[in-house]
Amino acid sequence: MRAGLFSLFNRIGAWVLLLFLVTPALIAIPVSLTPKRFLSMPSGELSLRHFQKLFTSEEWLSSFFQSGVIAVSTSVLATTLGTLCAIGLWRVSSKYSELVRAFLLLPLIIPQIISAMAFYRLWIPLGLLDSYAGLILAHTILAAPMVLITVSASLATFDPKLEQASKNLGASNWTTMRRVILPSIKPGVFAGALFAFILSWDEIVVTLFISKFSVYTLPRRMWNGIRENTDPTVAAAAVVLIAITLIAFVVFAIMSRRTAKNTEV
Amino acid sequence: MHALRKHLHPGWLIIAPLLVLVLALYLGPILNILWLSITDPEPGFGNYAKLGESDALVRIIWTTVRICIITTIFSVTLGYSIAYAMVHCHQRQKNYMLTLLLVSFWISILVRTFSWLMLLGRKGLVNVALEDIGLIVEPIAFMRNELGVLIGMIHYMIPYAVLPLLVSMQAIDHRVMDASRNLGATGSQTFWRIYLPLTTPGLVASTLLVFILSLGFYVTPAVLGGGKVLMVAEYISVQLLVTLKWGTAAMLAALMLFGVLAMLWIMSRFMKLSTVFGGAAR
Repeated sequence: MRAGLFSLFNRIGAWVLLLFLVTPALIAIPVSLTPKRFLSMPSGELSLRHFQKLFTSEEWLSSFFQSGVIAVSTSVLATTLGTLCAIGLWRVSSKYSELVRAFLLLPLIIPQIISAMAFYRLWIPLGLLDSYAGLILAHTILAAPMVLITVSASLATFDPKLEQASKNLGASNWTTMRRVILPSIKPGVFAGALFAFILSWDEIVVTLFISKFSVYTLPRRMWNGIRENTDPTVAAAAVVLIAITLIAFVVFAIMSRRTAKNTEV
Repeated sequence: MHALRKHLHPGWLIIAPLLVLVLALYLGPILNILWLSITDPEPGFGNYAKLGESDALVRIIWTTVRICIITTIFSVTLGYSIAYAMVHCHQRQKNYMLTLLLVSFWISILVRTFSWLMLLGRKGLVNVALEDIGLIVEPIAFMRNELGVLIGMIHYMIPYAVLPLLVSMQAIDHRVMDASRNLGATGSQTFWRIYLPLTTPGLVASTLLVFILSLGFYVTPAVLGGGKVLMVAEYISVQLLVTLKWGTAAMLAALMLFGVLAMLWIMSRFMKLSTVFGGAAR
């Protein structure tokens, strides 16, 4: 009986905590609707002027565009490299390949500030500072481990006999990869691509170090807005970001539910 | 060349592009930074000797470690409670809980930091609400001090703490607990002597993961600390971008890096690292 009471109590606590995790972000919604020129809670009247400013300001629009270009390129590059690498590691699977796998996961766990330092240090002599190429390369290195993880998880459930069968039937390595392996690890590849996109779209620490004027991503502009702490356009941008997150989440949930159904059949 | 091709598995060919990229553009400059820590501005251990001479440096490191420890304790304890509730309720409820957890995981760090700024300021929503209901007369200082940094960091770290715990709790065979109850143990005895020890690997993983992530945390301390709470990550960025002192920054980065690698090593003693990462990414 006491255990039951404890459980109930704990469950209520857990719900409160989970709500505590999500609700603070929602304050951006009322703040974005304030009619005033400075960051404040609206009292009575609401206005969409800050959204209007967000979607007509050249600066914000160019940041949205730049972040989009960088995140899509990062996602494509990281997914290609990460998927190839995961398949390679899966096929080799020896002591050395496991070492390589552990090594390749490092960018994910090494503190971002150290990664930022490293890229900053190397990008100066390479002339990659403040360029699309520099940001895309850095983000790709940070995001590829994510793809490696999701694709490897998919490969773990793939039956190697299928690959054997395909080769016995006369398919080349390339055909086997394209027609047999890739279709069966598709969920892992898509999940990896999505995670890579989000990582790049949201990345700020490395971006702060290696970008300056000509490339000004959305997180960078938000960071500036937060530091200046006056213009409510930041709140409008935050609301847009929350909406994008929710849409991405729903897409992801539908996708993984579909895969779950497919594997059941 | 021929002999090499014979011994080398063809799979390495498709591993190579990413491996070369990471070796050249990531490992290279990191080793360069380690090298800088003993050569810039002059060869020797001068940068490390500063730790003995400069009170400011020691204070920054101590602040960082203290904040990380407190963040870890709170995040893991609260995370444990969430994970426990999630494992012990109906599938439907669990799905809702998981959704909330993952949504918070996915919301941009900048959006969350901005929200705390709006909530915790002197005229923030929390202070205004507390004043309105008459609980306080003067606004509470939540920001530009450690309290604000801790609130922001714990809020960010809880999902990271929950995921490894969830993986480890789901793997427990619940018949063990039934057996314990059948043999006459009370609920709390079963929890402390059976359940908790069984979740040790998850606890260790979650503790170290949160600690590692907190160590290098930059955004939240920089904004909510408002320059008053200086942690290592922010100090490094000031050294590099403002005062251009690579040596000191490299030394701090080297210390942080060795600390992280040591913790990863401890973690690998307790559980396969791939399961931790796998759990955290999903």
